[in-house]
Amino acid sequence: MLMSVGSLAAMGLALGSVLGVASRYLAVEENPIEAELQAMLPGSQCGQCGYVGCAQAAAALAKGEAPVTLCPPGGKATAEALAAKLGVKVDLSKVSDSGPQIAEVTEEICIGCCRCMKVCPTDAIIGAAKQIHNVIREACTGCSSCVDVCPTEALGMAPIPVTLQHWTWPKPASAHS
Amino acid sequence: MGFLDRFLKAPSWGVHPEDHKRPAADAPLRLFPSPERVFMPLSQHVGGAARPIVLVGQKVLKGQLIAEAQGNISAPIHAPVSGTISAVGEVTAPHPSGLPFKAITIESDGQDRWIETDPLADPFAATPEEVARRSALAGVVGLGGATFPSAVKFALGKRLKVGTLIVNGGECEPYLSSDDRIMRDFPEQVVDGARIVMHAIGASEALVGIEDNKPEAIAAMRKAAEPYPEVKIRPVPARYPMGSDKQLIQTLTGKEVPSDARAAEVGVLVHNVSTCAAVHKAIRLGHPLVERIVTLNGGAIATPGNVYAPLGTMISDLLAFVGLKEAPSRLILGGPMMGTPLLHDRIPIVKGASGILAFDAAEAFVPEAGPCIRCGNCTKACPMGLLPLEMAARIRVGDLEGAEAYALQDCISCGCCAYVCPSHIPLVQYFSHAKGELTNAERTKLRTDATKRLAEAKTARIERENREKAEAAARRKAEREAAKAAAAPAATPVAEQTQGASA
Repeated sequence: MLMSVGSLAAMGLALGSVLGVASRYLAVEENPIEAELQAMLPGSQCGQCGYVGCAQAAAALAKGEAPVTLCPPGGKATAEALAAKLGVKVDLSKVSDSGPQIAEVTEEICIGCCRCMKVCPTDAIIGAAKQIHNVIREACTGCSSCVDVCPTEALGMAPIPVTLQHWTWPKPASAHS
Repeated sequence: MGFLDRFLKAPSWGVHPEDHKRPAADAPLRLFPSPERVFMPLSQHVGGAARPIVLVGQKVLKGQLIAEAQGNISAPIHAPVSGTISAVGEVTAPHPSGLPFKAITIESDGQDRWIETDPLADPFAATPEEVARRSALAGVVGLGGATFPSAVKFALGKRLKVGTLIVNGGECEPYLSSDDRIMRDFPEQVVDGARIVMHAIGASEALVGIEDNKPEAIAAMRKAAEPYPEVKIRPVPARYPMGSDKQLIQTLTGKEVPSDARAAEVGVLVHNVSTCAAVHKAIRLGHPLVERIVTLNGGAIATPGNVYAPLGTMISDLLAFVGLKEAPSRLILGGPMMGTPLLHDRIPIVKGASGILAFDAAEAFVPEAGPCIRCGNCTKACPMGLLPLEMAARIRVGDLEGAEAYALQDCISCGCCAYVCPSHIPLVQYFSHAKGELTNAERTKLRTDATKRLAEAKTARIERENREKAEAAARRKAEREAAKAAAAPAATPVAEQTQGASA
């Protein structure tokens, strides 16, 4: 009786101290989910989420400090993917409200200063010195970095125009939900 | 399985709606008088929009090329009337959104002068490639409604060594009778077109499937096909959606097209009867696709029937031609089951426009949807063997991936499920919504991947530029120091010289 109690207690003590030592010395430095989360983010380092770049945003997400809806350029799809990865529930109704936006140059006021081109993370603005600049819609992530540097306020954000190719049927309004 | 057995054994899928085809189908074909103005859209087909090659003010003849095909899958556009180009602008698209798309406006001179044509006397002596090339240049696309460029399908059929051509004369949609009319009035054009298509794809036989609710069309086609034993007329039971390619192939050949495969992969190719007639005109007469038969039917129309009209004619002009008994409560392009609801009638007809339906209030009535009672009628009606009730339940709560797991992408949007639903749930709209959202999500993902590559490329470029600048600076510094070291023991004028050079 005493023999078995003593041996079990000794084993528990020994194994417990092994685990304690292991947790201290073999701990993983970085949260492995960070890299996966970073891969899901747009990678344009625009800083709209309030963090320096996508890597920092991913770290905050992994710690649970930031909501999955933090990334405006990523939109609904990114928020959904992040929520699925982190296993959290998310209210997407707020994300779809603003809708994805892209930059637009008002040609009458553009002076061709080239400042916006330099800050664009995806090279979506074309132009040259003293020439009217323009935005390549397909490449613009809607990060709005260019809007802040424009000296004449020629740059603004506008919702992505709905075309025949992008239009989708609305969800039927159901009276019985 | 013999023909009789097949006939007696009606398919287990689908529905049998009241067809409403007569009296419109029996009314003789009317020729639409040349319209004052036509609006010729640049994308009347699947694939890239055509590129305009005419200028405002230019005179064009009927059948003249006004926009050329762009890209591998595309079709050219020709002038449907002779006259003057008055604008290259926008017009409302025949689309449920009511959004505009690009179109060329032509003011007709009322003379309908044809451009000089280049017919092929003996298409069977020409190579299949030549037939396909001429069909592509004539802008022939699938006229059953899918509007896929026909020449692309010919090339696919040739490459996959298709043995059987199926000519689709099913026309299973209620109210429509444009294919019925083309088979009754121009059966020899359809049969000749089918033989030319057979030559183009290298097929050995053509099976013409016609629903048995069109006995006049069957008789006319039998007579026209008599001299050609390789063209077989096969009446099929009238059952919606018999005109869908997968269902028609299964009924005629017993072969089932796998979920992720195309018809050509089971050795058959499907072309519509109107497409065959268009191929006949393109090859034998050299006439590009600029006119078509349009059914005008529905309770709001005074004299329902079929009209032979130039493409680009405004629907309002067509409705004025046949007369309206009352303001239509609903306008539909195509059939009532799969057609496109139109917001107004200032929309031009396009290559794929088989009919315009103007419904009166009784026909347009949509009962309010109730809750699903899980009766399972939709699963019995679904011709693709899907579970519409399960998919709709998931889409309703926003679980699109869940619906996808129930093979949402196999849905052909035929509307059988919504037709039989006792609770009148708009099932097809749920599926169209989900398919659109899934396509958009996929597009967003591709876009995000592309912008990520761009961002990485920019970072790499800036790093490289900075490195190169630093290297160049270091090199210049080293050169300067070397020059200084070399100049130090030398006389003063030399040192002055190096200083001048480096400044």
